[in-house]
Amino acid sequence: MKLKLKIWRQKNTEEKGHLVDYDIENISPDMSFLEMLDVLNNELIEKGEDPVAFDHDCREGICGSCSLFINGRAHGPDKLITTCQLHMRKFKDGDTIYIEPFRAKAFPVIKDLVIDRSAFDRIQHAGGYISVNTSGNTQDANSIPINKNDADMAFDAATCIGCAACVATCKNSSAMLFVGAKVSQYSLLPQGQTEATNRVVNMVNQMDLEGFGNCSNTGACEVECPKGISLDNIARMNRELMKASFRK
Amino acid sequence: MNTFFKSSIGKKLSMALSAIFLMVFLLQHFLINITSVFSESLFNLISHFMGTNPIVQFLLQPILIGGVLFHFIMGFILEIENRKASSVGYVMVDGKKNSTWMSRNMIWSGMVILAFLVLHFIDFWLPEINYKYIEFFPDDPNRYYTELIHKFENPYRVGAYCFAFILLALHLLHGFSSSLKSLGANKIYAHSIKVFAYIYSIGIPLGFCLIAIFHYYSNV
Repeated sequence: MKLKLKIWRQKNTEEKGHLVDYDIENISPDMSFLEMLDVLNNELIEKGEDPVAFDHDCREGICGSCSLFINGRAHGPDKLITTCQLHMRKFKDGDTIYIEPFRAKAFPVIKDLVIDRSAFDRIQHAGGYISVNTSGNTQDANSIPINKNDADMAFDAATCIGCAACVATCKNSSAMLFVGAKVSQYSLLPQGQTEATNRVVNMVNQMDLEGFGNCSNTGACEVECPKGISLDNIARMNRELMKASFRK
Repeated sequence: MNTFFKSSIGKKLSMALSAIFLMVFLLQHFLINITSVFSESLFNLISHFMGTNPIVQFLLQPILIGGVLFHFIMGFILEIENRKASSVGYVMVDGKKNSTWMSRNMIWSGMVILAFLVLHFIDFWLPEINYKYIEFFPDDPNRYYTELIHKFENPYRVGAYCFAFILLALHLLHGFSSSLKSLGANKIYAHSIKVFAYIYSIGIPLGFCLIAIFHYYSNV
């Protein structure tokens, strides 16, 4: 395959970025998208140019490191996958591909396609945990009876890998799908009840402090989420926050 | 609770509550207007009651105006906040692949509705206030129907009226279910909400348009 790439290049957070055109040849349709970028970077290095910086780690759709806004969509044209799971067979020979970083004020660009997603870490630190006695008397989680439906919904919410596609694709740069998933995965389980009130209040406060936008229920986040996290998690977070506000 | 309404979710909830209040008002307005198609006397009777009842005039009307203002002002505040939350815009965005036109353009459909409401106030509400509270014309319980059909004599006015209601339908097609989601509606009601939202969002604006078209052709 022969492709024209239009890649966002930005030296650092302070400088303005712009699209740079690259022509690339001999791309196999069986390559992953990140492997195609590896090929490009090898060529750039051989020419003595600065390679394109992009995030990646596990390359099997688990870690949530890879991002990339490809041809106007978070994680590219396919559904329920991360960028590392996207294959070049989804494109045609001669295509022009736009590659941009995930954009939101809360996610400043560090370099090229690499963004700072530590805002998500700070939201998690604010309440995305349960306190467990680890002194040797820890109760086996499997010994606590949990309704199958609740367990399934909690697991579905917990599959969120925090890749930030939801924020990137949202026209308001809202992080409510991420926070909704993190609140839901604990609020549905008995282990999460003790800290339920403070959790949702603290996580929503931190989300607002980070400068994310307001959710207007467009549903774009749900469509682009590589793990299919449902909007129901946002509705559940809304209910949890209302309950918590009455309790407080 | 004060902290709650300052949070992004609280603002979203207050927007949803004001939307539901306005949707209830719109339904009531439609039910009154539709009587004009069937019975001149019934329309005059209800309109006279609404126009002279002190509870409607001095309690419900100010609440309604407050609800309208709140919904629009909060809509603009949220839009400004959302624009601030976005950094540099994407060079290429393919929004139609993951969301509806209605959901992405609520601010624009809302602005057309706001422009219509301003004209509607100038057209209907201000003359009414002038008639009753400035000029102190004598009470006439039979004037409402005549005034209504007079408004729909001009085809351009009827066209503009229908255009605004098409935008209202688009606004409601997203806004109806969105407001219930904001209130935390459980997913088990999702299908019922979707069906009811379609019926309401298309049925009510279409009804308003048909009333206007009916009176226009009745007078030609």
